[in-house]
Amino acid sequence: MSEVVKSLPVFEEPEETMSMNPRKFILWLFVVSIIMLFASMTSAYLVRRAEGNWLEFEMPVVFWYSTAVLLVSSVSMHWAYLAAKKDNFGALRIAISITFVFGLVFLVMQYVGWRDLVAQNVYFVGNPSGSFMYVFTGLHAFHLITGLMVLLFALRAAFRLKIHAKNLTQVEICMTYWHFLDVLWIYLFGFLLYFN
Amino acid sequence: MATVGTSAASSAHVEEHEHHEPQSFLRKYIFSEDHKTIAKQYMFSGIFWAIIGASLSIIFRLQLGFPDMKLEWLRPILGNWIDSSGKLDKEFYLALVTMHGTIMVFFVLTAGLSGTFSNFLIPLQVGARDMASGFLNMLSYWFFFLSSVIMFASLFIETGPASGGWVIYPPLSALPQAVSGSGLGMTMWLISMALFIVSQLLGGINYITTVINLRTRGMSFSKLPLPIWAFFLTAVLGLISFPVLLSAALLLIFDRSMGTSFYLSEIYIGGEALPNVGGSPILFQHLFWFLGHPEVYIVLLPALGITSEVIATNSRKPIFGYRAMIASMIGIAFLAFIVWAHHMFVTGMNPFLGSIFMFLTLIIAVPSAVKAFNYITTLWRGNIVFTPAMLFSIGLVSFFISGGLTGIILGNSALDIQLHDTYFVVAHFHLVMGAASAFGFLAGVYHWFPKFFGRMMNNTLGQIHFWFTFVGIYLVFFPMHYIGIAGFPRRYYSFTSYDAFQTFGDLNTFVSLAAILTFGAQFLFLYNFVYSIFRGRKAPLNPWRSNTLEWTTPLHPGHGNWPGEIPAVYRWPYDYSKPGAAEDFIPQNVPYSQTPESNLPHENALIALEKEIEAQNYNDQFKQPH
Repeated sequence: MSEVVKSLPVFEEPEETMSMNPRKFILWLFVVSIIMLFASMTSAYLVRRAEGNWLEFEMPVVFWYSTAVLLVSSVSMHWAYLAAKKDNFGALRIAISITFVFGLVFLVMQYVGWRDLVAQNVYFVGNPSGSFMYVFTGLHAFHLITGLMVLLFALRAAFRLKIHAKNLTQVEICMTYWHFLDVLWIYLFGFLLYFN
Repeated sequence: MATVGTSAASSAHVEEHEHHEPQSFLRKYIFSEDHKTIAKQYMFSGIFWAIIGASLSIIFRLQLGFPDMKLEWLRPILGNWIDSSGKLDKEFYLALVTMHGTIMVFFVLTAGLSGTFSNFLIPLQVGARDMASGFLNMLSYWFFFLSSVIMFASLFIETGPASGGWVIYPPLSALPQAVSGSGLGMTMWLISMALFIVSQLLGGINYITTVINLRTRGMSFSKLPLPIWAFFLTAVLGLISFPVLLSAALLLIFDRSMGTSFYLSEIYIGGEALPNVGGSPILFQHLFWFLGHPEVYIVLLPALGITSEVIATNSRKPIFGYRAMIASMIGIAFLAFIVWAHHMFVTGMNPFLGSIFMFLTLIIAVPSAVKAFNYITTLWRGNIVFTPAMLFSIGLVSFFISGGLTGIILGNSALDIQLHDTYFVVAHFHLVMGAASAFGFLAGVYHWFPKFFGRMMNNTLGQIHFWFTFVGIYLVFFPMHYIGIAGFPRRYYSFTSYDAFQTFGDLNTFVSLAAILTFGAQFLFLYNFVYSIFRGRKAPLNPWRSNTLEWTTPLHPGHGNWPGEIPAVYRWPYDYSKPGAAEDFIPQNVPYSQTPESNLPHENALIALEKEIEAQNYNDQFKQPH
């Protein structure tokens, strides 16, 4: 038996160690931890909701518009990436700036949404269904602010001509994070709509 | 192909690395980005916290073992926590058990163990110059430091540190009216833990990235030393579970400071209703234990990894079932996430759900038994060298088995209802998680001390330390099972008011005496440790005749670890006592072409691949790829 095993051909090949840029990989791991943060929050929401005594209220309309704004900012972020790839520095700066401004507009609209909630008598302190609403939008807004800071660094690098076709790491990291924040919001928004 | 070299920014980074010697004192020893220095910082902090945590346990053991004892002599340290009759303050007793648990689980066995050995060994054993991001690594330590300072400060405030138990269940932890420690002490606990979580995430992300991206030429996953596998899986567990603790803590912070009702509902204090309505305290337990259970394995897996390495090296035998070891660690890591509700059998959960969690929990016995048997079969007929590290590793296996067996009892939901929150549980988890992991830490310190400091620790003193600690721990925790079966609930200040418990009074005294003995023995280690750093015998380059890459570095490796090229790896790390070989160990960086006398047929075939391995990218962060 052991003779047979030994005579079997072994197809072992030396493997290259993984070649992904460590900084990009680190970003993806951060994304995993953020996903876990929101996954636990939304599961807490479901567990608590299943227990009853749940306040139901209308989702502020402005959240629909803010979602659209965030989607547009994702498009302009992608435009920035394409511009960087083609060494089109003017377009790169404009695109990053547009993304940044739309990010700010999104934050303002979220704030307006909070005011609409207050107008509906849904407060942070009160039934957990309302508190969760503020926690989700607030935590997402906090992460979006970190995204804006990443954008600022990218903008600075763009003005110093440090982002170009042969050095895309920074803009790629920026783009991945921004798209992630976009997808995260769509998940939260859809979740809150469905499980209102 | 590494992409590092293509960017202008990182080539500037490279130059910085080549020209940064000599560094200022501050950058070299305090705000260092060198993983070895950071590992030492974690080690010293961990040992400091271990002394604090153990001292706290001795204070409450005095209360439990000698309920009538006058503790007036502790007044210089504890001040007014000793009340006017010379007894320990009752609320401070609760604070003591809370802080003992918090410190030991998080600050010693998570940060101290993972922080020390993941930082130290990952780059050295996978063959990397440093962690993927030295800056994040440094940040991770300083977040931990800040968190430590806050937790330490909370020991000294007037209302006392957090005292709702290390699991901080609301409403006890949420209402300052409940116990004085739930005031400022609890706030500081939460701030400290939030910083701690950030530190763990930064550290863990670095460990994972380094293991995946920065392995040297030829170091495939199937050639990784087992400690690295353990650290890698530990970091994955932390990455997935710590954010959940963060959200649990965040909601608790909102409940405490802003008046929300996530965890609070319909509570009456002094006949008066609190405004909070609609929360669920069970929700907190679900969130907490979703971290809390993986946390057990975050604490234990690194210790098991260290043990695998130490036992194989000192048995002079290949580890038995290398792939089974990896598979069982992956199995444990996976199961860790789907058993959390076995901590909550008595929360009124659906018995059917309880039986599902019981079933999943008992499955953990399978990979755990695989590991235990593999350790024993590795020892079987080996040429065992009883170094202190080896003794502590064998001790770990012993604790892992004796503590694990009671886990099977507690995992049964029907039995757990009887034993829940008794000293039986305390005995169980102290053996299987506390003492076992502490032994992993000690084994690691004894084994890698020569690499840390370039000197040897005293062997005899280490062996004496082992026997006192090993026997002492069994003397503490073995009788504790009986106390638990007799129905003693944990966290009680005293049992003197119940006649039924009188018969076990002397057993409690015995346990306390054994605890003091065990605690005292740790000063042997401390003396040995500190003395050897300065005066220990100079270490040879490879004192344990071990195979892994860290022993190919100079005695005092600089930043970058290897002065020249990073060695390539050709074989697995456990070629001990290979038939036909000249020595009883063949390091990983020795190619098969140099060992024709001991090669197996399929290994001779691998010689052809050596050229390919050598032609691979250096994967060297400090240099351009070739």
